[in-house]
Amino acid sequence: MIRTTPFHERTAAANVSGLWEHWSGYLVARKYDQSEKFEYFAIRNSAGLFDSSPLYKYRIHGPDAEAFLAGALARDVRTCAVGHGQYTAWLDDRGYVVEDGVIFRNAVDDYLLTSAEPNFAYFDALIGRARVTIEDVSEASAVLSIQGPKSREILACLAPEVAGLPYFGLTAATIGGADVTISRTGFTGDLGYEIWVPGDQALAVWDAVTEASEGRGVLPIGSIALDMARIEAGLLLLDVDFQSSRFAWTDAHRSTLIELGLGWMVRDLAADGRAFIGRAAIERELRDRTSRWKLTGLVFDWRDYDRHFDEAGLIPPKDHTPIDAEYYIYDDSGNQLGYATSQMYSPMLQRHIALARVPLDLAKPGTRVKMELAVSHRYEYFDAVVTRLPLYNPDRRTA
Amino acid sequence: MAKTKTPAPAARPASNGSSGSANGTDPITNLPDRRAGERTYDAIVIGGGHNGLVNGAYLAKNGLKTLILERRHLVGGAAITEELRPGFWFTTFSYALSLLRPEIIHDLELTKHGFMPLLMPSTFAPMENGDYLLLGQDHGENLREIARHSRHDADAYEAFNHDVLRVCRAIKPLLDQVPPDIFSTDPEELIALATLGSRFQSMDRKVVHDAVRLLTGSAADFLDDYFESEILKGYLASSSIIGTKVGPYSQGSGLVLLYHLLGEHDGEFGSWAFHKQGNGGFTKVLARAAQAFGAEIALESPVERVITKDGRATGVALIDGTEFHAPVVVSALDPRRTFLELVDPRELPTDLVDAIERFRFQGTSAKVNFALDGAPRYPALGDRTDQFRGFTNIGPSMEYLERAYDDAKYGWYSKRPYIDGAIQSTIDPDMAPPGKHVMSTFIQYAPYHLKGSDWDAEKERFGDTVQATLESFFPGFGDLVLQREIRTPLDIERTVGLSEGNIFGGEFLAPQMWLFRPAPGWSQYRTPIDGYYQCGSGTHPGGCVMGAPGKLAAGQILKDRARRGSTARTKVGAGA
Repeated sequence: MIRTTPFHERTAAANVSGLWEHWSGYLVARKYDQSEKFEYFAIRNSAGLFDSSPLYKYRIHGPDAEAFLAGALARDVRTCAVGHGQYTAWLDDRGYVVEDGVIFRNAVDDYLLTSAEPNFAYFDALIGRARVTIEDVSEASAVLSIQGPKSREILACLAPEVAGLPYFGLTAATIGGADVTISRTGFTGDLGYEIWVPGDQALAVWDAVTEASEGRGVLPIGSIALDMARIEAGLLLLDVDFQSSRFAWTDAHRSTLIELGLGWMVRDLAADGRAFIGRAAIERELRDRTSRWKLTGLVFDWRDYDRHFDEAGLIPPKDHTPIDAEYYIYDDSGNQLGYATSQMYSPMLQRHIALARVPLDLAKPGTRVKMELAVSHRYEYFDAVVTRLPLYNPDRRTA
Repeated sequence: MAKTKTPAPAARPASNGSSGSANGTDPITNLPDRRAGERTYDAIVIGGGHNGLVNGAYLAKNGLKTLILERRHLVGGAAITEELRPGFWFTTFSYALSLLRPEIIHDLELTKHGFMPLLMPSTFAPMENGDYLLLGQDHGENLREIARHSRHDADAYEAFNHDVLRVCRAIKPLLDQVPPDIFSTDPEELIALATLGSRFQSMDRKVVHDAVRLLTGSAADFLDDYFESEILKGYLASSSIIGTKVGPYSQGSGLVLLYHLLGEHDGEFGSWAFHKQGNGGFTKVLARAAQAFGAEIALESPVERVITKDGRATGVALIDGTEFHAPVVVSALDPRRTFLELVDPRELPTDLVDAIERFRFQGTSAKVNFALDGAPRYPALGDRTDQFRGFTNIGPSMEYLERAYDDAKYGWYSKRPYIDGAIQSTIDPDMAPPGKHVMSTFIQYAPYHLKGSDWDAEKERFGDTVQATLESFFPGFGDLVLQREIRTPLDIERTVGLSEGNIFGGEFLAPQMWLFRPAPGWSQYRTPIDGYYQCGSGTHPGGCVMGAPGKLAAGQILKDRARRGSTARTKVGAGA
């Protein structure tokens, strides 16, 4: 039977839409009421509450934890101070991305790593003789994410520690009588926090946060609204924008760190003497320019978009519902160049946007490409412009 | 569904600083030094309402050194948001967005400057018998809700929407085009006319006929063809009277209805949005965009007159005597001010002066804005308050609306007025302190000319009438009121500068639209004075926060400059 998260009693009461989905073996709301777009606006205008509990969480600790993770993760975890986190990825020896997640450093030798899918065996197998223990603590804590411009002032009413918490900072606090950890993280590209709470105290945290949010336009948000926000923010989704190299059938289904546009994680490779998995492959890829494409943003030419539909006698649809599926990208002569993996109409940008892979020589912002979309039961080719990610990036996200 | 206002500049410089909104500090600070330095521009725009700002932004974007002069201490004209009580932000006049031309959003890169139209997830229409019509974002649920009132009307609603959408699709391009000059023999104009004619020729007959019925007939006749439910007809017909001295049974109300259905939000026709921080938030976005393109905005700079020499505009003089010079002067004010006040009518052709003198303003709308201690309650919905996240439409039947109009017909405000309520603070936390609310109510009818009295005498009694009507639908409403702000048509005229308080800068009547807005032969944004242009809501396609007049006028100005072989910086067409 499908599992429910520690917040379920509250999310079930809030979900009057009756629409749920299964995420990683758990029941989570697709949307709570009639409009996912209204929930999305809570993220951009006030704050949205999202139940992130189904994430996998691994505690990795021991005297060699830093050295172990420095070799297992692509981003240099040694630069992550205690009380901070990092968005990171782990690669195979050919430079292909296994998965991504956030690593938090709770103490000098004590870390917490999140991931979308199980990775226990993967990391366990890498430990070897290192003095490191890995524990699956996925069920130990529920995670309540509060995302949006009002998230700071609301949380600061409950936990003053939050007021000065830096981007990707981590702090202990007490909310609703529960001992929690708060991180300034999220999956929306906005100002936001995640509250990590023992499962048996989750409801008290939910209640305290909703009470503090009263009258501020805060809404519980479902997975559709989150998907909208993350596409605008250029945040990648496993099995949508990339696949794990461990389980891909061919290299065509694998992506390197550089290809995914995450090369910034290893920007200081020269100064960083670590031997980490995938390092040699990255160095080779950069030196020989062997990247097959780069994942980037696309912004559609609105005039051209409208024209295609106008000419077909239709009203141009501006549907914010994310399409997490492949659509193909061409040059003017009809040669396929790449493909998009996520697309939607962005209410903040007032344009159709996509996350897409294009060949390196076309990855320069401003380059024009064509994307294939169906209009009146036939494919037409829409003008779009390569645009640097994130497509929506408010200052408050990191300020 | 709903309604709005227009721009234009404004009156009496108030002292309120009104900056420092929750959206950040007010950027409108670059007042040019009036005593010294540069006072010569390529273009001067009179009036910092939304059309003036749009116009100035397009001109600046196309390389013109542009100055926008605003009479008041803040930009926005009638699209302003003011903190009238600490923490409570009132959308004093205009309060929602829909007809804004999508082109403007993109051309002026408004999303870079904070453009943020918030979805209204519902529309609430209370009834006098205690029932209600509540429409939301789920199409299927909406049809069930309509069927609760009339089984017939559920699919009739689909048919109505389909037919109206087809008309909207046909008519919409006219909003984005300069009207053709049917009095001209210029080949370019003849081509434009022919193109237009061929467009109509290719249209479905029913669509053309529906369009004509809407543009010339009454909303009641059109709605009666589809519906039997009074609440549904009342709700839809409410959009047919906004800002105009007509009732739903008057010929001409169909045009107002069509205009409101032509609005769109994220591609959805007839859908409205609250801009973040109200329509004042929106005009601040416009001001930032204009400034980013290089336009200068000067506040508290009331213009006294346009300076002309040998039939040419050469600049403007402020009331304090300061002069600014430019070969292009654009008035974003209404036609009466543009032609009869800013310039000497003796410089203009008599037929134009006559036409402008006959141009109907007769404002008929008012605003009453409330600071509330909490959200109102509707008895049938118990403690629910989510019904207030969009418009609250108090116009429960066409008869209710028509009776409200009857009062106005005979020179008085409605005893039971039509009310369009909007509590933006239910979805925008930057409008009021947590748990408190600001409620904008748009009221009709409130005729500018009262028979045997005047607005200064009637203002409070009028406010009481509105509040009593609200109390009858929301028992206990009065107890929630922390502050009440009444804005009569006279206040609108005095504060914003819109003649007779007409929110559209001139009524939406067929003889005052398109080819004839504001006068036959002068619908292409030019004036008889060389270099003097008009871009306010009194020009095509008219009021509502549409921006099209400002944009289309900029296109004409740029075209004229290019024709004149003027400086190379200028590109043809404002949409470049």
